[in-house]
Amino acid sequence: MLTIDQLSLQLPLYASWWKRDWATCLDAFSLTLSPGEVHAVVGASGAGKSLLAYSIMGLLPTPARLNGQLYYQGKPLDDIRQRQLRGRELALIPQSLSALDPLVRTQRQVAWAAQRAGQSSAHAWRSSQQALDHYQLDARAQQAYAHELSGGMARRVLTAMAHVSQAKLVIADEPSVGLDPHQRQRVLAALRGLADQGKTVMLITHDLRHALPIADRVTIMRNGKRVETAPANAFQGTGDSLTHDYSKALWQALPDNHFSTSETSRTPQLQQEANVA
Amino acid sequence: MLKAHQLRFQFANSAPLLRALSLTLNAGQWLGLSGDSGAGKSTLGKLLAGYLAPQTGAVTLDGAALPKSGVQPVQWLPQSPELAVNPRWRVGKILREAWTPSDAQCQAFGVQPSWLSRFPQSLSGGELQRVCVLRALAPEVRFLVADEISTMLDPITQLELWQALKREAEQRQLGVLVISHDSALLERLCPQRLHLSDGQLTSI
Repeated sequence: MLTIDQLSLQLPLYASWWKRDWATCLDAFSLTLSPGEVHAVVGASGAGKSLLAYSIMGLLPTPARLNGQLYYQGKPLDDIRQRQLRGRELALIPQSLSALDPLVRTQRQVAWAAQRAGQSSAHAWRSSQQALDHYQLDARAQQAYAHELSGGMARRVLTAMAHVSQAKLVIADEPSVGLDPHQRQRVLAALRGLADQGKTVMLITHDLRHALPIADRVTIMRNGKRVETAPANAFQGTGDSLTHDYSKALWQALPDNHFSTSETSRTPQLQQEANVA
Repeated sequence: MLKAHQLRFQFANSAPLLRALSLTLNAGQWLGLSGDSGAGKSTLGKLLAGYLAPQTGAVTLDGAALPKSGVQPVQWLPQSPELAVNPRWRVGKILREAWTPSDAQCQAFGVQPSWLSRFPQSLSGGELQRVCVLRALAPEVRFLVADEISTMLDPITQLELWQALKREAEQRQLGVLVISHDSALLERLCPQRLHLSDGQLTSI
């Protein structure tokens, strides 16, 4: 469905006015997503998770240097194709709530997303209504402007927009941040539902624990590299079926598990990396 | 001893959020606070640190009111560190606004010397959160209100932050109120835990 092949990304970093360095944000990253799966991408902040999403959608800032190849349904996914497919077959649920248009009421905004996907305006209006009802946004929230919505409501509006666009690949960037447990459950269940309809869902999150119940596979990212891809059920017990020390350490550090750094996470190499950072 | 006595608080044009709420936090005590969103957890935290004033009742520190000026002995740590720093100041200036931590203390919280000359936007959320925690640990500080400070962190960074804070708190007998949705985290950190609902505290 989507193949990421040796993707590398560098962004400029200005040390002073005239001195430009390049920061490596993605480093030879490869991954294949299949239809009908929820694939969780988990890593610390700064691991390059969001930049991976922007690279797939073609939303990187101009000075970025991108190398490597993307393939969508067997064909290369280049700038032109990204522009054609974005909002139709590829949907992004962005992390930032400022992605909502501040001058438009909620329902109009969702209807636009449906129209962009090729629905007639009457049909789009109806399906936006249905999507908003589905995410339990009441009539008042449907007629509200973005600033009148709470963080959790705004996030559900963004999810509803991805829902109506009928996209085949949905990338959700931290969709459950700032939601209380009940709402978080709803949003995650909705993503699982999309995958069960045969779509592909990439769930970007730092919250390993809540991603596990809905994910099929989990990719652990660190410093722009792929550490490990494991089935979600490998994360249980003491995490012995995980092959990489960093994934094990991540699992062990959860408060429901050991809440301790095991010996493995304290290897000299990791220490050294921390000092360099 | 930090004491809240019969606090009542409501925002304008809305129902009372906290009703006759009392709370005691001793030196060296770790107290957990949970509750649904909108229950008033952060409001309670801000009241304890003096960011808000209650309509009735009072917050006292060893029987006296909170000081009006100087470094506050009760520090509130918010969830989003990027909103708690001046984006035009370099990290070193941000950190030294309240006090100057020693190199050993910086190291204990994983604050790298190279960050000090950078601007806060160039640090990740987890890195900036550690800077903010260290900033709040001036020698005058005796109580901390940690308001969801580790929700945006991955498990390992979260763990390292709490371990560093635990060590520091033990050494100085800091009292810490931990506000979180995460019951597993609260169980790990706090022997005593309270739940806030309908403006009242119940212990769990």
